Amino acid sequence: MSMYTRGYKAVVAVPPLLWVTVFLLLPYSILFCYSFWSVSPLQVIVHSWSFDNYRELVRNPIYALVLFRSMRIAATVTLLALALGYPLAYFLSFFATKRKDLLYQLVIIPLWVSYLVRGYAWKTILGSDGVLNGFLQYFHLTHHPVGFFLYSPFAVILTLTHIYTPFAFLPIYASLEHIPRNLLEASQDLGASPLRTFWRVVFPLSIPGVLAGATFAFVLTLGDFLAPLLVGGPSGIMISNIVVSLFGAAYNWPLGAAISLCMLLLVVGLLAGVERLEKKLSYS
Amino acid sequence: MTPLLSIRSLTKRFGEREVLRGVSLDIASGEFLTILGESGSGKTTLLRMIAGFEQPDSGEIWMGDERLDGLPAYRRPVNTVFQSYALFPHLSVRENVAYGLRAQGAPRAGIFGRVAQALAMVKMSEFERQSPARLSGGQQQRVALARALVNRPKLLLLDEPLSALDANLRRQMQTELKSLQREVGITFLFVTHDQDEAMALSDRVALLRAGGLEQVATPREIYNHPETAYVAQFIGHTNILRAEVSGGVACAGTIAWRWGGSAYSNGTALFSLRPEAIRVVPPAETGLPSEDTVRFRARVATQTFGGASDFMEIVCPDGQRLRVRVPSGSSLEGEQRFEFDLLDAIPVRPAGSAAAAATTPSAGAPSTDTPSTDAPSADTPSADAPSADVTPADAAAAEVAAADTPPAGEGPAQ
Repeated sequence: MSMYTRGYKAVVAVPPLLWVTVFLLLPYSILFCYSFWSVSPLQVIVHSWSFDNYRELVRNPIYALVLFRSMRIAATVTLLALALGYPLAYFLSFFATKRKDLLYQLVIIPLWVSYLVRGYAWKTILGSDGVLNGFLQYFHLTHHPVGFFLYSPFAVILTLTHIYTPFAFLPIYASLEHIPRNLLEASQDLGASPLRTFWRVVFPLSIPGVLAGATFAFVLTLGDFLAPLLVGGPSGIMISNIVVSLFGAAYNWPLGAAISLCMLLLVVGLLAGVERLEKKLSYS
Repeated sequence: MTPLLSIRSLTKRFGEREVLRGVSLDIASGEFLTILGESGSGKTTLLRMIAGFEQPDSGEIWMGDERLDGLPAYRRPVNTVFQSYALFPHLSVRENVAYGLRAQGAPRAGIFGRVAQALAMVKMSEFERQSPARLSGGQQQRVALARALVNRPKLLLLDEPLSALDANLRRQMQTELKSLQREVGITFLFVTHDQDEAMALSDRVALLRAGGLEQVATPREIYNHPETAYVAQFIGHTNILRAEVSGGVACAGTIAWRWGGSAYSNGTALFSLRPEAIRVVPPAETGLPSEDTVRFRARVATQTFGGASDFMEIVCPDGQRLRVRVPSGSSLEGEQRFEFDLLDAIPVRPAGSAAAAATTPSAGAPSTDTPSTDAPSADTPSADAPSADVTPADAAAAEVAAADTPPAGEGPAQ
C-alpha cells in the first residue's frame, strides 16, 4: 500500500465521499429533521421540535397494522422466492452442464425488463377479463370471472415473488458455485448418499447465500409500493404506500419522514442482524 | 492368492483423448501399491474410477467377488484421501472424522471413541475441536487420513496426498504414512508423479504412461531391471545407449562390449546404463580390465555439484554424451578413461512398445541376463541396420530414444 502517496489516496477518496454526503447523509439528515417538525392547519411546515409524529405512529393502530401486513407479505414473498430460487440455483449450479450459461441468462433477463412492464403484465393476466380468467372460463373451470386474483394481497405477493425471485436466486447461486466440488466427492466417498450429502454438506455451506438472498427479497419487498399500487387494491396497501401518500396528496412530510426513519431503522437493524448471523455461519 | 482388487482392461476416453488404454492390474491384500506417472498419464482417472467418481468406457473392477464398477461411490468399500484434502469447512476436526461413521449409521455410542482413536493414530488428538481452516497443510493432511482410515476400508486410495506439502514435511509424512500402513494393515493404492516418493513408500510400483502400464514391479526391480527405455529414464537418471549388435558384440558408437543376449542376435538394441554404474579409471591404473568390465575414453564436458555426489557429463569421441555420477569433490577435466560392468548395461525395449512386445512373439530365446524380462524384442529400425520385423510402435518409440541419445558413429575404440 505504501506505493500510493497520501495525496493520491485523498484524491481517490473524494468521489465516494462526495457521493455518500450528497446522496445519503444530507437527505437522511433532512429527513431526520423533518420527522420532528409538523404541519400547520394552513399547510405550512412548522420548524418547531417535538416527538408528536412518533407519538402519532404509536397511537393510531393503522400504521402498526399496515406495517405488520407489509412484513407478513414480505416474509411470504421471501419464503416463496427462496422456495423457487434455491432449487433453481441448485439445479443450475450442479446439474445444468451444457446449457448452464443460457439458463443463467434466462433467469437474469427479467431483471433487465422494466418493473412497470412486469407489473402491468400481471395486471393483464390477473384482471377479471384477463388471461387467467379467460383461460379458466375457456376450459369451463369457472363460469364467472374470479375477482380475487387482482387487487388483493394475493396479487401483490404473486407479483413481488415474480419480481424478486431473481434477487434471491443470485446470492444462493453464487454460494453454491463456491462450494468446492471435491467436498461432494469426499462426502460420497465416506458413504453418504446424494440426499445426505445435500443436507450435510451442500445446504450448510449455502446458508450464507440463502441469508443474503432472503435479505434481498425481504427488504426490497418491504419497501415496495408499486406492486400494491398496480395490483394491490385497498386491501393490498403496504407501508410504503402510506409514506407515498403522506409525501404526496396528504401533504404531511413530517409524519412521512417519521415512518421512513422507523422503516430505515428496522431495515438497518435487520441487515446488522443478518450480517452477524452470516459471519457466524460462513467458513472460509 | 486371490487379489484384493482386480482391474481388468479398463478403458476411458474424454472426447478424442484416450486416457486409459486397457489397463489391467491386480492389487494384493495388505500391499502398498503406487501408480506412478507423469501428469496426463491417466493415473488420477484410474484412481477416480476405483473410487466411483468416473465410469470406465469398458473393463471391470472387482473386489473379491463384488463388482465395483457400476456401484455408486457411496456404496463402495474404499475411501479416498484427496489431493487437496477436501475437509468439510463447516465441521470441526472431530465431526469431519466422524462423518463416514455417521453416514454408515455406526452406533452413536461408539463413534467418538473410534474418532479419538483415529485422531490419536495421526497425532491430531489435541485438535479435535478445531476448525479445519485453522490447521496447516500437514495437519489437514493428517485429519484427511484419519477421516478415511476411521472407516476401516479394505482399500485406501491416496491421490497425490503429499504433493501440496513442502519438501521436509513431505519426507516426514512419507515415513509416517509407511509406518501407518504397516500398523493398520490396510491396502494402500497411492498415486503420485514423484518417483522418489514411489520408490520410498511402495511394495510395488505400477508405472503408467499415456494410459498404459509400462511395468509393474518392486521398486528395486523396476530400478535395476527396467523393461523399457521409458521406465529406465523415468525412474532415476539413466543413459540410453543405442547399440548395433552383431556376432555377440554390442557396439554403441565408440563403446563396445560383449553381448550374449541371443534375443539381439543382429540389429539395433537399446541399453540402459545408470550414471552410477560408470566409474572413472584412475590414471595410475595401467593393468588390463577384467573380462566383465567395459572401458572407454571420453572428454569431461561439465560437472554439476549435487551434494553427496556430482553429475558429470562426458562426451565420447563420436559425440555421444553420457551422464556419470562421481563422488562429490573429485574434480576432473579433459580426456579420461571410464569403465562399467557388463551386467550394468540393461537391455530395454523401446519406449511405448510394452503392449506390442507382450503380443508379438519374441524373435529369439529369452535373455539370460534379465530374468525379469520374459520376452525382450527390441528390434528397432535404423538407417544403417535394417531390421526384419518392425512394429509401428517400435518405429515411433525409436524416434524418442534417438532424440535422447545422439546417433552412434562407427568404429569401436576401447
